[in-house]
Amino acid sequence: MKKLIAGMALSGLVAMGGSVQAADYAIDKEGQHAFVNFKISHLGYSWLYGGFNDFDGSFTWDADKPEESSVNVVINTESVDTNHAERDKHLRSDDFLSVDDHPEATFKSTGVEMTGDKTANITGDLTLNGVTRPVVLEAEFIGAGEDPWGGYRAGFAGSTTLKLKDFEITKDLGPASQEVELILSVEGVRQ
Amino acid sequence: MQVRNTRERYGLIAVSLHWIIAVAVIGTAILGLWMTGLDYYSSWYQTAPFWHKSVGISLAALIILRLLWRWTNPSPAPLAHHKRWEAVLAKVIHSALYILLFVIVISGYLISTAKGRGVSVFGWFEVPALITSLPSQADRAGFVHYWLGIGLLGLVGLHALGALKHHFLDHDNTLRRMLGMRPRQSKEQDA
Repeated sequence: MKKLIAGMALSGLVAMGGSVQAADYAIDKEGQHAFVNFKISHLGYSWLYGGFNDFDGSFTWDADKPEESSVNVVINTESVDTNHAERDKHLRSDDFLSVDDHPEATFKSTGVEMTGDKTANITGDLTLNGVTRPVVLEAEFIGAGEDPWGGYRAGFAGSTTLKLKDFEITKDLGPASQEVELILSVEGVRQ
Repeated sequence: MQVRNTRERYGLIAVSLHWIIAVAVIGTAILGLWMTGLDYYSSWYQTAPFWHKSVGISLAALIILRLLWRWTNPSPAPLAHHKRWEAVLAKVIHSALYILLFVIVISGYLISTAKGRGVSVFGWFEVPALITSLPSQADRAGFVHYWLGIGLLGLVGLHALGALKHHFLDHDNTLRRMLGMRPRQSKEQDA
């Protein structure tokens, strides 16, 4: 009996073989093991960190053919949060993210180029403040494997640096604060 | 000048409260309109909101004090020669001024406290955040705060025009009695 079950499991694995390679992962929004953060200099004296609390997305990851992996993320820009009500209100305004006009920001990957065993440049189109531009996420594959609850997970983190002006964010925060680093750090649950 | 009101005249307390509140309201409104356009590097960027909020919260206390005084003192009657529509219009505008002032102070408070921070009053003490994290709290409160603020300035203008009309066209005591000046006897007798 045990052998039979083991045999069925094995044949099941073999049968699934093709699909396992390029698995789809949904970003773990429910468990909040995913972060879209940003970091910008304040006056040149310190880092200000913020993030978007509401976003969703998915990625595909194929350990054998990592170049065929892809990422899609949709961000609710209204959820911008720097732990300061008035600043966040200002960030939502026309001076920055114009969230009334542009309620969503998106990242859609267009290509993955491995730069090491676990590192990659993920090229993609970032739409922010209504402006779409190609960006390169410098990403690191962090790990993958079974979780303790019967699922299978994989995670990676990547970041890219944007010029605010490139995305038509014209509020001048000073010479040290012309660029913002956008950080995507997510865990996906295999579907 | 007597301290309490009579049926004919306002007393010292009522007159003082009226003019202190008038100056504070107009000053705070202008400060508020001005400060939201400040450059990030303006030396007023932090102090202007500090004063705006400190005076704003203090206004709530002053208005409560004023209402208490009003309810525990005789109210000078409308001048006998005023037409009924003038008296009713004045009454409606007075009530609207009070209501708008309260809603404006509360909505302003709700902007600053939307993420749980209190509001400092002149650095003496802090009014704690009691209502936080309502949906779009800071933005909705901000909308109400701004437009009712504009509306209030309009009503203040009407209120002042009415007073000036009585003073310069009707030559009566409406404005004089809010300035704590002696009534002009002749005109009152004519009426």
